[in-house]
Amino acid sequence: MTDDALRSELQKRGIFVTSFEDLYNWGRKNSLWPLQFGLACCAIEMIAAAAARFDMARFGAEVFRPSPRQADLMIIAGTVTKKMAPLVVRLYNQMPEPKYVLAMGACAISGGPFKEGYNVLKGIDRYIPVDVYVPGCPPRPEALLEGLITLQKKIEKQRLFGKQLPRHADPQAPAEYPVPAYGPHDLIPPLNPDVFCPKRNASSAE
Amino acid sequence: MTLTPQTVLDRVHAALPQARIELLNNPSPSGQHSLLVHRDDALEVAQFLKNDPELLLDYASNVSGVDYPDHLEAVYHLFSIAQKQGPIVLRTRTGDRSGDACLPSLTPVWKSADFQEREAFDLLGIRFEGHPDLRRLLMWDEFVDHPLRKDYVAPEDYEYEPTPHGEILAKISAPASQA
Amino acid sequence: MTEADGAGAQTLDVSLGPQHPSTHGVFRMNVRMDGETVVKLQPVFGYLHRNHEKLAEGKSWLGSMPFTDRLDYICPITNNWGYALAVEKLAGIEVPDRAEYIRVIVGEMTRIQNHTAFLGFILGDMGAWGSALMYAFREREKILDLFEGLTGARMMANYMRFGGVRCDLPAGWLEKARAYIETYPAFLDEMEKFLTGNEILLSRLQGVGVMSAERAINGGLSGPVLRASGVDYDIRKVDGYGVYPRLKFRVPRGTVGDCFDRFMLRILEIRESIQILQQAFAQIPQGPILNPAVKTRGFKPPVGEAYGRIEGPKGELGFHLVSDGGEKPYRYHIRPPSLINLTLLEEMCVGTKIADVMVILGSIDIVLGEVDR
Repeated sequence: MTDDALRSELQKRGIFVTSFEDLYNWGRKNSLWPLQFGLACCAIEMIAAAAARFDMARFGAEVFRPSPRQADLMIIAGTVTKKMAPLVVRLYNQMPEPKYVLAMGACAISGGPFKEGYNVLKGIDRYIPVDVYVPGCPPRPEALLEGLITLQKKIEKQRLFGKQLPRHADPQAPAEYPVPAYGPHDLIPPLNPDVFCPKRNASSAE
Repeated sequence: MTLTPQTVLDRVHAALPQARIELLNNPSPSGQHSLLVHRDDALEVAQFLKNDPELLLDYASNVSGVDYPDHLEAVYHLFSIAQKQGPIVLRTRTGDRSGDACLPSLTPVWKSADFQEREAFDLLGIRFEGHPDLRRLLMWDEFVDHPLRKDYVAPEDYEYEPTPHGEILAKISAPASQA
Repeated sequence: MTEADGAGAQTLDVSLGPQHPSTHGVFRMNVRMDGETVVKLQPVFGYLHRNHEKLAEGKSWLGSMPFTDRLDYICPITNNWGYALAVEKLAGIEVPDRAEYIRVIVGEMTRIQNHTAFLGFILGDMGAWGSALMYAFREREKILDLFEGLTGARMMANYMRFGGVRCDLPAGWLEKARAYIETYPAFLDEMEKFLTGNEILLSRLQGVGVMSAERAINGGLSGPVLRASGVDYDIRKVDGYGVYPRLKFRVPRGTVGDCFDRFMLRILEIRESIQILQQAFAQIPQGPILNPAVKTRGFKPPVGEAYGRIEGPKGELGFHLVSDGGEKPYRYHIRPPSLINLTLLEEMCVGTKIADVMVILGSIDIVLGEVDR
């Protein structure tokens, strides 16, 4: 690893020094392919973010793919109902690694205004890991772009070697997440305890 | 002719004297009084309302199920596109809320009732006899409850967080629980 | 997934959706095909069932207003209007004149932006993915800017109140809106120049998904889909709610009832909406915007029930409300035009090719938030 001051000094003289990790992450973060997948109201703002005025292409994320096999970013845009949740998890499982999840809007984060509903999943993070949360109901397109930039920063910092590997480079991490089944009153199981730990998050926030 | 619940009722009485149908008063300022028809006569009355040249109630716009303490109701809001009049409100009533929660399906008369009757079956548990395809509309097939009933208990699957709205909600729900 | 039916022919069952680029959300259809011809089609609903009706029973009457925004999330303001109108019927509330004009103005602008987005979406369904949508959304953004200036939100306006509207027009808003509406026909002319006579568009739309007037009425179709089948039925004319009786406009009708009629009808409706807007801009009076007799807190309509409906951009949007005299609704039912317009989807699709199913679905113009609620 080179230190930043030396690197910047070299750059001024026309010599570019980089590490393989940085080059790899630089390439990945600037060509995210989102899954073309809208659930509810937020999907309209997602389309607006991709359309002419907000132009998500400026951040390299305009290639919306209808197939999960070709996508590496899942934007959960809208309310995830219990009827839809197994399909969302299945779509996530079908995406190739490295893959990222952006929960867009209050509903995808926690159930939002519909939290008390019997058919509404109280946050998609009960079943799959979420990388970036974008609050709002619905978030404005600018907020989605901000979330995208946050994700890019996160990708930039991911290491390929050493300790604390990101999920896609960690051989111990699960390759698939269990798909919940439809039960007589609720989904079975109602949440995946390996993914969803609100208490740990709450205590670390205090 | 001008369609009001009374004129429709008179017309039905004249044509089908054996049909058990009565006028239910609606005290609301909307003045939309409804016609309660006995479920055994509902299909016959519905056919008449649709085909009678004076009434021509050809458009069943809305079908909703309502849960009352001792019975369930299906409410049909009928309009006449030919005469540009309406609504005429038609109700049918089940015997009770569990074993006898059956009503005749009016889908053979008005196709528009198809999905809406399925919805009432799904969420309120009204069994519509004679419906061509009575399955759950919104919830999955393995689901057993009827969530729009007043006694439905939703699964406790979220972490309660107190909000400033809690007090307001408590105030709103207090008189309802006393009544 | 093949299976032999009685005739010995091989048919293929395909599940389209809920994740599909052309189902406008999480809509699913189980389609049985013979070759590429559709022989059976069963829609599957509920992937966006958000329990709006149940939640409303636990909220105050006004507390459901922001939830109506999220029904048909392309046009929130007309949903507000439908709910406000139903409650006003239920409680016998008068609305001041200025508020009625403001309602017409924002309602017709909502109709324009809904139909504009429709143009983009149906072109996408026909395979012109991207370009048409970009132009449509460019225009839609301009209307959303006006909504944002008025209500503070791009989409979820939460703008109507029982007996009026939430806030008055800000200074200069009317002039901005008028100036924008004057530029709108140029955009529509440009779209029409490219689209209406286009050979590919004609061959994809004409004669596809034909629906007769009689079946359309029996199936409960409403709004542009009903009128495309040649039925002269517009709730703005029939019920004459608000100040529509004071405004002059025509009700366009189709002749064939195919997808092309439904497509053209939207364009004609936009032109009529512009006429309505120009009259409303000229006629809007000064005055209060809210009936002062209506309580915001502790609002209790009298015991009884009411069914109120408006001509929404997608069709007849109705609310059936039952009150027990309390602060919360006893029953709150929505008549969603998008769901009921799908009643005849199978009849429209059987006999056509699988690729036409998407175009027929696009021509009905559904929004899943309203289909499943």
